[in-house]
Amino acid sequence: MADHHEHASEHDGHDHASDCEAALAEIYTYLDGELTTEKRVLIARHLEGCNPCIEAYDFEAELRMVISRRCRDEVPESLRIRIAQKLTLMAQGDEGQGGDEGTGVGPA
Amino acid sequence: MADQATFADEAMEYMPQLYSAALRMTRNASDAEDLVQETYLKAYRGFGGFKEGTNLKAWLYRILTNTFINSYRAKKRRPDETELDEVEDLYLYRRLGGLEAAQVGRSAEDELMDWFTDAEVKEAIEDLPENFRLAVLLADVEGFSYKEIAEILDIPIGTVMSRLHRGRKALQKQLYDYASQRGLTARPEGPDGAGSDETSDRQPAHTGPTARDV
Repeated sequence: MADHHEHASEHDGHDHASDCEAALAEIYTYLDGELTTEKRVLIARHLEGCNPCIEAYDFEAELRMVISRRCRDEVPESLRIRIAQKLTLMAQGDEGQGGDEGTGVGPA
Repeated sequence: MADQATFADEAMEYMPQLYSAALRMTRNASDAEDLVQETYLKAYRGFGGFKEGTNLKAWLYRILTNTFINSYRAKKRRPDETELDEVEDLYLYRRLGGLEAAQVGRSAEDELMDWFTDAEVKEAIEDLPENFRLAVLLADVEGFSYKEIAEILDIPIGTVMSRLHRGRKALQKQLYDYASQRGLTARPEGPDGAGSDETSDRQPAHTGPTARDV
């Protein structure tokens, strides 16, 4: 917090600390891409001149990337084959009933 | 109206994502396999009702999620959402941000990647109460928009946002606990940051809790 007030004094005439508070309050909505253009522009402008807020934003953005990258699992080959086989069987069943052989299109 | 003959071509590519999501949901490999298989069979049968040109991935996730909620959820009781600790915003950053900035010469992302193992991130998500887990999974792992999540889970957008908000904070708390257990947070902490050699402008300024309590 001390850093913040020092930082604020660099920008006379602006209540910088409350700008930061406003920017940090929207950090997730911003990163989610769910802010209105107007709000987004305001925050982007604030971030250009505020290193502490940029760091917080970068941290959160990177954390999200880490979370999504680390949550990938390999599909067991046996599962892939099993599903493909079942789908083929179901498609063949449809052809048998629908009679429209070759396209596999079910009854409309 | 989508053509069933094209279903496999279009839908099979989403299996890795669906399987990963199924694992986080069921927390169990055999249930996850059954859930994914059931999802594909249901999707195939219902593919005629899928509107061509709309979001196939979101449509598949909706089937996955509904199937999970209807058939698998009851098997394992998870802690109720009221048991979530109330955690402040930016929980992890306020505690670990300084560590990150102090690592000179390495990118912040390398650091973060190093802090947590695959197993820890997965477990942290799997430990979230179910409603929060689904929201965090769909947003942060799969990248769905609030509107898409609202449609997948069949809940209002406001509910999506509040579940995400609390779920993310709880996730950060859990990750922080893993980091502390491994001693990653055990750095000497003097008043004013004892070892802060000329990095004072790189340390996070936002170290105190915010006034707001959203």
